[in-house]
Amino acid sequence: MTQVSMTVNGKSASGTVEGRTLLSQFLRDQLGLTGTHVGCDTSQCGACVVHVNGEAVKACTMLALEADGAEVGTIEGQANADGSLNVIQQAFQDHHGLQCGFCTPGMVMSAAALLKDNPTPTEAEIRDYLEGNICRCTGYHNIVKAIMAASGQDVSGIAAE
Amino acid sequence: MPKDHGIGASPKRREDVRFLTGAGNYTDDINVNGQAYVHFLRSDVAHAKINGIDTSAAEAMPGVVRIFTGADFEGVGGMPCGWGVTDRHGEPMQEPPHPILAQGKVRHVGDPIAAVIADTYEQARDAAEAIEVDLDDLPAVVDMKAALADGATKVHDDLTSNLCYDWVLGETDDAAVQAAFDSAAHVTTLELVNQRLVANPMEPRVAVGDYNRGTDEHTLYTTSQNPHVIRLLMCAFVLGLPEHKVRVVAPDVGGGFGTKIFHYAEEAFVTFAAKAINRPVKWTASRSEAFMSDAQGRDHVTRIELALDASNNFTALRTNTLANMGAYLSTFSSSVPTWLHGTLMAGNYKTPTIQVNVKAVFTNTVPVDAYRGAGRPEATFQIERVIDKAARELGVDPVALRRQNFITEFPYDTPVALTYDTGDYHGTMDKLEAAADFAGFAARRAASEAKGKLRGLGVNCYIEACGIAPSNIVGMLGARAGLYDAATVRVNATGSISVMVGAHSHGQGHETAFPQVVADMIGIDESMIEIVHGDTSKIPFGMGTYGSRSLAVCGSAMVKATEKVIAKAKKIAAHLLEASDADIELKDGVFSVAGTDKSVAWGDVTLTAYVPHNFPLEEVEPGLEETAFYDPANFTFPAGAYACEVEVDPETGKVTIERFAAADDFGNIINPMIVDGQVHGGIGQGIGQALLENCVYDADGQLMTGSYMDYAMPRADDVPFYTVDHSSQTPCTHNPLGVKGCGEAGAIGSPPAVVNAVIDALQSGGKNVDHIDMPVSPSRVWSAMNA
Ligand code: FES
Ligand code: FES
Repeated sequence: MTQVSMTVNGKSASGTVEGRTLLSQFLRDQLGLTGTHVGCDTSQCGACVVHVNGEAVKACTMLALEADGAEVGTIEGQANADGSLNVIQQAFQDHHGLQCGFCTPGMVMSAAALLKDNPTPTEAEIRDYLEGNICRCTGYHNIVKAIMAASGQDVSGIAAE
Repeated sequence: MPKDHGIGASPKRREDVRFLTGAGNYTDDINVNGQAYVHFLRSDVAHAKINGIDTSAAEAMPGVVRIFTGADFEGVGGMPCGWGVTDRHGEPMQEPPHPILAQGKVRHVGDPIAAVIADTYEQARDAAEAIEVDLDDLPAVVDMKAALADGATKVHDDLTSNLCYDWVLGETDDAAVQAAFDSAAHVTTLELVNQRLVANPMEPRVAVGDYNRGTDEHTLYTTSQNPHVIRLLMCAFVLGLPEHKVRVVAPDVGGGFGTKIFHYAEEAFVTFAAKAINRPVKWTASRSEAFMSDAQGRDHVTRIELALDASNNFTALRTNTLANMGAYLSTFSSSVPTWLHGTLMAGNYKTPTIQVNVKAVFTNTVPVDAYRGAGRPEATFQIERVIDKAARELGVDPVALRRQNFITEFPYDTPVALTYDTGDYHGTMDKLEAAADFAGFAARRAASEAKGKLRGLGVNCYIEACGIAPSNIVGMLGARAGLYDAATVRVNATGSISVMVGAHSHGQGHETAFPQVVADMIGIDESMIEIVHGDTSKIPFGMGTYGSRSLAVCGSAMVKATEKVIAKAKKIAAHLLEASDADIELKDGVFSVAGTDKSVAWGDVTLTAYVPHNFPLEEVEPGLEETAFYDPANFTFPAGAYACEVEVDPETGKVTIERFAAADDFGNIINPMIVDGQVHGGIGQGIGQALLENCVYDADGQLMTGSYMDYAMPRADDVPFYTVDHSSQTPCTHNPLGVKGCGEAGAIGSPPAVVNAVIDALQSGGKNVDHIDMPVSPSRVWSAMNA
């Protein structure tokens, strides 16, 4: 067992882990940050995406020890300081970008990473970027729409109701 | 003007805030103090005799609490099947036992052999690897036709064969059916496969069992679409526990799509084991485990024949289907190829003679049960593919051929046991033609061809039967359950309301949509109403959510209970206003005496109900809470028409979906935003089936697609934006809201549109291809083009 420390959502966090403990397990089981979800065991679904030193990372694919000393951001730390939803979260709610909510934390974290590098992505760029995030509920329509809206694009013309 | 509140409005979903901030409460987020972890050792072969299981080395491993095998469950009930099918000769289906842990044989990859409980999950998994299982491999039964051959190896030695049942619906007189075909001007025949799928809700299954020795009470937290059904089945048929001592909680559930309806062995196991070891027990499936333990879907092989007269009217339809049950009968498996499939073979068309033949077959594969649509996608795919093929053979427009044969008068009694109450198939097709812009297709095709691509337009219709009902009829058909639902409307003293509903929301947004209805009925703000679901200790009873039934069935119960509340509140208001309750009107949350200016507010009446100082105690009891159970009079019949445009790359066979449009008639709509979302999600899954997904076993019964590396889930770049139109509305005639259900339509209606479009594209390129089985992968398309 090894001691590990990191900054999670701006607060210092530490614990003792086995060599094989995944970052996703550490966040969920030791820190109680259960917003990071685990949807697969082959690094395919993206339900577990968090930010490590500002980069989107699949937390199921990183050992907790590898995150020692890192700045980690999870879905629990995404809201604005006053607790209101941030721009991306709000766009997901406004455009019904989630149903069961299980893929949602990973989608929001991935979307944030995309918009950081590409503030106004096209539809195709968004779809391409989300290759590593599976959603079974929404058919992706409203997720893509929400991310376009979060980036300030006019989505009113997309597929009328 | 879109409405801004109540029925027909699209308020933002209130559940979203917790999901968007990581504050959801899914089953795996629940940890009970002192819990141990179970890992199931599962068979890695499809079929074998168990000679012995040696757990001694594993028991000595660190942290191991106890190891269970099938022998520990001698005398304990097995997993029950909830629907008894009667075969064509009036005999009951063959129903093999399904033990919690394998006894005597393993029958599919993933069949649980032993359960290791340890202090940590890793210890349990490590110890499982130290269990020695002595297996004698047996030949695996995988192919359905081979399974039915004389002398085939039997999946269940105690059954007479691998045939679960041989069932027929519609015209049972073979000669009469044959005569209809003999006199036909044209017959179109198609053999097709509706491939096996894995439902794959993004949240894998989880079960946590807790036992309180002090009170002798069990609690099961589980990823279920229907906690009361789980409690009933587990208590009555598996563990023999009194229901009042068992609480089943299904908290936030990360998608279901049918596969979380069923009662699974792991749920019974953790409930049993928590008492046996006197410690909470938690199980969390990995995705790999989900692939071999969640009930799978579809897996039908069909020959369909359509007879037409000289004027292209449909005169007869005959199908022969083999339906894979897998190794055991999952909870509702037997009903899917029969009453959820055969009954839909009339589709949207007036075909006078229909005969549906279904043989259900046991194989050494994971059990098959309902997956989004459940039987209705299989029916729709057959009908809509064979019609397209007929149109091509006859050289007529496929939409015109459909229109010519539409049912236009309602109610309509089909030859396959249903009565459609209402619909407007021409009107819905008109909506589709506009939404999909049929008129612009020729220009889009020309543009594709200019780029060297083939472009096709595929159209189909669908009908589904939702809100499965009524209980007395389904009981006659073999259902071993009632199919009503229940709701309690509990009005608090200060006027806010808790509505306890039997429906379960695992993505459908009930917490937002259901209050819209109650708020509308009373005339108060939706924020005053809270929906409670998913906990048997909190809700009256509930059959849960599946088959697009929540609003049609449970919503109706909620309306009935709200009506009772209003009736009682009017009596109280009448007393306060010194009037007759017949003269009391409720509008915008205010009770008034008709024709006067006397009134009393909702909150004053509710407060009086709980502080009954000035109260008609002789007539009315204090308090304001009512329960209603609602058993529908009939199914509901959502119907629609879908159109898909594809481009096919003639060099590679790759298909891309360029446009997808859906026109649905869901009757009245409570929340259009949520309805759109349900259709989008269904279309996404339907495109997944049509182009990508396929659950494959090799000849030895090995699961070849056991992870997301091999099972192709639709991703964001596989699908386009969808155009969804649900302005064609013929309200359901027999439920109070006039709603029909929308949850499965997308998955039912979309696969044939995609395949029809691909065939249209290939034909436009001069390729004489009339069918490709799903998934229509590049290799299959390329092979078909180059055959
Ligand atoms: S859980 Fe990390 S990618 Fe699926
Ligand atoms: S919202 Fe359910 S998986 Fe995406």
